Order: sequence, then structure tokens, then C-alpha cells
Amino acid sequence: MRTFIGIDLGSTTTKAVLMDENRQVLGRGITNSRSNYDVAAKVSKQESKIAARFTLFKNALGSGGGAELLLTDLERNFRLEQFLSELNQLEETCYRYLDHERFKDLKGPLREALETVFRTIIVEAPTIYAPGAERKSDFFRDIAGSRFMNLAESVGKQAGLSFDVLLNVYDKSIIDIESQVSSDETVSAQLLNGLTRAMGEVAGLDISKADAQKALESVLGQELEETYVVGTGYGRVRLPFPKEHIRSEILCHGLGAHMMFPQTRTVLDIGGQDTKGIQVDENGIVVNFQMNDRCAAGCGRYLGYIADEMNIGLHELGPIAMKATKATRINSTCTVFAGAELRDRMAMGENRADILAGLHRAIMLRAMSIISRSGGVTEEFTFTGGVAKNEAAVKELRQLIFENYGEKTINISAESIYTGALGGASFAHSAGN
Amino acid sequence: MNNSNQEVIKSNSQLLQKEMISRNYDRITSGQAKVSSTFVPGNLNELLMCFDIANNLPEINAIQNAMRKKSGDFITEAERSGHSEDVCTYVKADIGMMEKGNIAPNGKPFPDPDMLLLSYTGCFTFLKWFELLREQYKCPTVMLHVPYAADGKVTKNMRDYIVTQLKEEVIPTMEKISGIKFDIDRLREYLRKSAQAENDLVWMLEQSKHKPSPIDCYFGGVYYMGPIFTAFRGTDEAIVYYKLLREEIQQRIDLGLCAQTPEGDMTEEKYRLVVEGPPNWTSFREFWKMFYEMGAVVVASSYTKVGGVYDYDNFRHDPDHPLESLADYCLGVYTNRNLPTRVDMLSRNVKEYEADGLLINSIKSCNSFSAGQLVMMREVEKLTGKPGAFIETDLVDPRYFSAANVKNRLESYFQMIDQKRRAGGSATVAV
Repeated sequence: MRTFIGIDLGSTTTKAVLMDENRQVLGRGITNSRSNYDVAAKVSKQESKIAARFTLFKNALGSGGGAELLLTDLERNFRLEQFLSELNQLEETCYRYLDHERFKDLKGPLREALETVFRTIIVEAPTIYAPGAERKSDFFRDIAGSRFMNLAESVGKQAGLSFDVLLNVYDKSIIDIESQVSSDETVSAQLLNGLTRAMGEVAGLDISKADAQKALESVLGQELEETYVVGTGYGRVRLPFPKEHIRSEILCHGLGAHMMFPQTRTVLDIGGQDTKGIQVDENGIVVNFQMNDRCAAGCGRYLGYIADEMNIGLHELGPIAMKATKATRINSTCTVFAGAELRDRMAMGENRADILAGLHRAIMLRAMSIISRSGGVTEEFTFTGGVAKNEAAVKELRQLIFENYGEKTINISAESIYTGALGGASFAHSAGN
Repeated sequence: MNNSNQEVIKSNSQLLQKEMISRNYDRITSGQAKVSSTFVPGNLNELLMCFDIANNLPEINAIQNAMRKKSGDFITEAERSGHSEDVCTYVKADIGMMEKGNIAPNGKPFPDPDMLLLSYTGCFTFLKWFELLREQYKCPTVMLHVPYAADGKVTKNMRDYIVTQLKEEVIPTMEKISGIKFDIDRLREYLRKSAQAENDLVWMLEQSKHKPSPIDCYFGGVYYMGPIFTAFRGTDEAIVYYKLLREEIQQRIDLGLCAQTPEGDMTEEKYRLVVEGPPNWTSFREFWKMFYEMGAVVVASSYTKVGGVYDYDNFRHDPDHPLESLADYCLGVYTNRNLPTRVDMLSRNVKEYEADGLLINSIKSCNSFSAGQLVMMREVEKLTGKPGAFIETDLVDPRYFSAANVKNRLESYFQMIDQKRRAGGSATVAV
């Protein structure tokens, strides 16, 4: 079948959206941008194709008869399969590095320690992907990395090996693994293995194993032709695409937001390194935009910096700020100065939650300035980008929109991170037809 | 288009202008002529010529230094001596140059000026700038006050007020400095020559109505404006320059050529823009390239009216009313006009030159240009129905040119124009 793909190469993550001939989204894929946009684009595209296979399989199974349960379990088991396969490659790569000059004197003990570490992760893997298990990230690098660090420290200690040496082997190997993109054949095998596991786990299905397998094989046999691919985002110029396949992320975000919420006329996108205020017309065409200039204070990276300063996780910032009883006034709009101000407030004994609430407000005040310069909020408003997932940021935004523009509809999609890629896919559809 | 590694392609008029500028610097640094420092907008070159006083323009020196990649060091030097980061970077480049030996582009030291002539006060930074120079040089300073055209009109009172200042302050000071008696007939003769060059200049400005436009009226335009806004208005050299330029442009039109760039002729004209605001000088070539690489040509710009406005209300220097005509020239300067007039000028440009829209290059350290620009953009959008866009750079401070950021906005703008042209949009989808 003909498909149209939009890829948004952001500074932190790379997203892909795949749509069919009828502009229906079949799949979305996301990966960390690494330092290699080519690979990130390929991985996100492959992930969007995997998601599309799930959609097609779901359509083939129909509803009822336990189909939903089967699909959920298949996805979980597929991710487990995918994880184990990448873990296996990581292990093999680590062993290969042991022949390097730096490690070869310790090759024996290092191999033994690595074997212990990898065996333990393999045993733990089903728990990581158990039903209802929470994962802080779905990226292989994050999951495997955090388990490796934990285990390598204790295993290394017991074996009298330096943690740094084990870490060094891992660091070299993970870069190689991250440069690889799973082939369609590998993905198909992982999906079929995942199905076998799922069929053994889910009870009370109306569908037989043979029928499910046949349906999945039929879906896997269907070619997802890349009819037209459009790239957007900061990494777009690095894509091996002809110029006409590249679109500005401002246009893609505007169109994407329009497709999610057709009544949208104003879009705020806060990404890793920029903040965009965009005005669109009734067709999703951008009529005006403003963005931060020269300084990235108030963007996603600002929150990352604050999280580092406070020694907490990025995803913890919002929930802590939500516990505030008041918002501490933070005046600085510069990331580094805000860090200084934060330390100053902490030293004064102010509540951590209140300070964080103040920081979220400071970010949104900057965003409000960009929105107003782009033309303000007159009708429906849509908030997109990674920061839209932060509840404290959203709370401050709602408050400020109300204070400045009165009661307005504010849309935030659960899939807002894919807004740019969605717009890109739509551009791909228009260009390919 | 030619490869960027090749030598910059220059026309005969550009080579001639280079010689003219070089001769003027030689005259200024020769020690043989009295020298006045003065500013570009509304400068009184013909009057200075009546007293054989050489014309030295600090903004032009700052631009020359920026294009030679020297302004960054000069600005740092000025900041070291106490000038804030937010002060106009022309001022800091000038002050820094003085502190670092005050060397002219020809490699010789600038002499101390014999007078400071401020003939336009629409920019109040100019006042402060000359106060600093007066402190340094202790030379006679003439501050010609030009009333702001707040109501969009020039009144008789305003004109008389300037003429009185010319008669009672400016001319007597020049007589004293030069030892030359003022001869109004000599002024009339210069003004006659000014008007002749100005006719060719306006002809040039209007040629970008052609499709494709044979010239770029912003990046190319700043070269074409050079002689008329600096030390050559009123001279035979300026007449020769504009005649030559006219012939070159006519030839381009006859051949159906697109605008000329440093890498040769544009091969295709995809976007026609009107630009408001000065260009960035430190990354001038890189900035220009972002336009011509995308097939964008600037068909009209407000910056090419910064010294004086000729096309909007058909002003020409008038030998029959010499002092009044000098007054009108000062009053008509672009930044001395109120916002509604600037909006009207830009909107007319968008319509008459069939542009795709208005692009504003907002300058971080120039309040006289930048104040009100967002409002102007909205107004022009409303009046023309064409999309506007906003980018931000600086005059001569290399720290404030963020190439990736500017390029991102420009590409978005060009694609926005494409999208508007197709005006298709999209259907919505279930997500």
C-alpha cells in the first residue's frame, strides 16, 4: 500500500508519523535523536511502520473475542522480543571490544563480569515488560543503560574490576548498537515470536492461534511503500532527502495542530531548544509566527537544566510543582541566572515545590510574550511539544491565557509530541498525490 | 549561478563607486581639506561642498569596518571603556575605532574633524553620539534640529524653522570654519546636479517592478544608494555613476536577466519581497545568500530610503528654492516619518512592485528603526492581504547574527508564501 511519512527531527527526539492514502494515521514512531540524524530518521520511520503493522493487524482481527487483550499482550511481548534482540547484539558488541588494546589484558575477567551482567538483565527482562510494569523510558539506551549501570557496579566490585572500565566498554558498544536499524525481516520475526508468546499467555480468546498467525503473516506480507517522505525539524538539513522533501517545522506544527484540532487558530510549541508562537488559518496554513531569538531560556532544555540543578528527574518537575501552595517569583529569564536564583531561593529556605511552580510560571511568561508578538489568542488554542506533557507548565499556561485573553478553548493532545511529524506526513500526502 | 568560491562578480558601476569612496577617504585623510563628521540621514552634502569641507560619515565607517570583520573588536573595546551592551552598535564601532587608533579604511589615520554637523535628529542616539565626539574633539558642533513629522505632513512652520537654523547657525559656522563666504548660486548649481542624479536614481528604484527584477533593491540597493547618500550628491561623479548604473540596468532588462548577486545572476526569481529595516553588515554576504539561494529577490526596501525619500512623494532637490529644498530633504527622511506614513509607503511598495509580502529585519540596537515594527507588519498585512515575517539581527555586532535562526525563519516564510499560493490547506484526519 502507498504510505506517506513525516519525520520531525528534534533536538531531543525524532518522531515519525505514517499515514495512508486517506490521510488516516496508521502509525507513529519515536526515538532519541542521538548525534546521528540519519539513523534517528530511519529508526523512527521503522517504528512508525511497526505501529502501522499493529493498526493493520488490529483491523484484521476486528473487535471482540479478546482481540484487544491479544493486541496489548502482543505489543508487550514484541517490545520484549525487540529488547532481547538488541540486548543480544549489545552483548556481542561488548565482547568484540574486549580485543581492543585497552581492554585485552583484562579480557577474561571482563568477559566473565559482562556475562554475569547480561545474564541477569535477560532474566529480568520479562519483569521489565510485565503487564502493568512502569518504564521511565521506552528507549533501549535508557532501559538497558540503567540496568547495566546498576549491575556493573556490584558485579565489577566483586570481581575487583573498575566500574569505569566496564562503563567504557558499554559506552563504546551502545553507540554501535544505536547506529543499527532493524530490518523488516527482523521486525517480522520479532512480531511472530511475540505473537507466539502472547497466544500462550492470553486466556479466553475466540481466535485460534493459526488464524491469528495467518492474519499477522498477511499484514507482514503487505508492503508499506514509502510513497513520499517529508522531513522537518532542526535536523532536517541532514536528511538524505531532496530539497523539496523538506519543510519548515513552523509550517508542519501549524498544519499538524490544525489536523488534530481543526478549530485551532493559535499554536504554542515548546520544544527542546525553541519556543514557537504560530497563527494558522481555517486550512491550517501559517499566517504568522514568532519564535525565541538568540536565547533558549524557557524551552525544554531549560527544564532539563533545572532538573539537573535540583538533582531530580525531568519527569518529576511537574508533579512536584503541582504540590506548591504559591508560586515563588522568579525574575530571571536566563537559564543560567535562573539556576542561580533557584539556589538563592533554596538557601533562603523557600519551599522546593513553590520555587518550581515559580519557574514554570517564568517559562510560560516568556511563551506568552512570543504568543502575543505572533498575534495573540483570538480563538481556539493548541499547545504542543514535549513541555505540553508537563502538568505544572500546562496549569500556568491556562492561568496566563485566561488572565490575558479570557476564557479560551485550550487543546492538548496526548499525541502532541507528534504534531510536527503529523504536519509533515500531510505535506507528504499532498506532494505525493 | 557561479560557485561561491569564485571571486565576487562586480559591475563597472560598482568598480567606479569603489574608486569614488577610496578617493573620498584619501581626501579626508590628506590633511589638505577641512573635515566635517556628519550622519547619512538628511545630510547636507551640497552645503558642505559650498565651503570645500570634506564629508566624513561615521555610520559608513562602521559599515566599512563591519564588512571587513573589524567591528566586533571595536565594539568590545567600546564596551570595555564603559558603553553598555544595548547601545547602538554603530556608535560603539565608531568609539572603539577611535580608541584603537582611528584608522580609515585606506590605512591612514582619520584627522580630528573640524566640525560636527548633525543635520537630523529623528534618531536621538545621534545626539548622544556627537556629544561624545564633541567631548573628544572639542570642535564646533552644529545640531540642526529637524522636527518629527508626527502628523505625516510637513508644514511651512517646520520648513521655516529649519531654514532659519541654516541661515543663523549652520551657514555662519561653516563660513567661520572654512573661511569661505557662502555663495547661494554655488549651492544652486550643486542642487541642480543632485536633482539630475536623483532622477536616474528613482528610475533605478522603479525598475524592480519588472518581472524578473533586474536588480535586488536591498542587498544590491545598498550599493546603488551609496553615492547619493554620502559625499557625492551634487557632484558630477554622482551623475556619471547613476548614468552608468542606468545603462547597466537597462541592459539587464533588455536581456531579461534576474537580479545580480555576488555569485552572478540569479537563475530564477521565485519570491519578491519588500524589506523593512537595515541589513546586517557583519554577515552581509551570508545573509544575502540565504535569499538568492532560495530564489528570493527584494524589489523594494525602506533602507534604500534611509538617507532621503525620493520616490514616495517625488522629492528632488530644487535649485530654485535651495534652502527650503534642503529643509524638505531632512524632513522627508524615512525614520522622520510617522508610523502610518511608513505603513503606507511599505503597503504601496508591496502592491506596486507585486511583492509576495513584507519581511522585517528588526535591528536589536536601533530603536529609531525598530520601534513599532510589529504593529507596522500587522497593518501592512491587513492592507495588502500578503503575509509578513519578522527576523532579528543587528547592524555591526557580529554576536547578534544567528545564522541558523535567521535561515529557519526565512525558509519558513518562503514555504508559507508557497502554501498561500497553493492556498489548498488540507483536510483534517482522525488522530
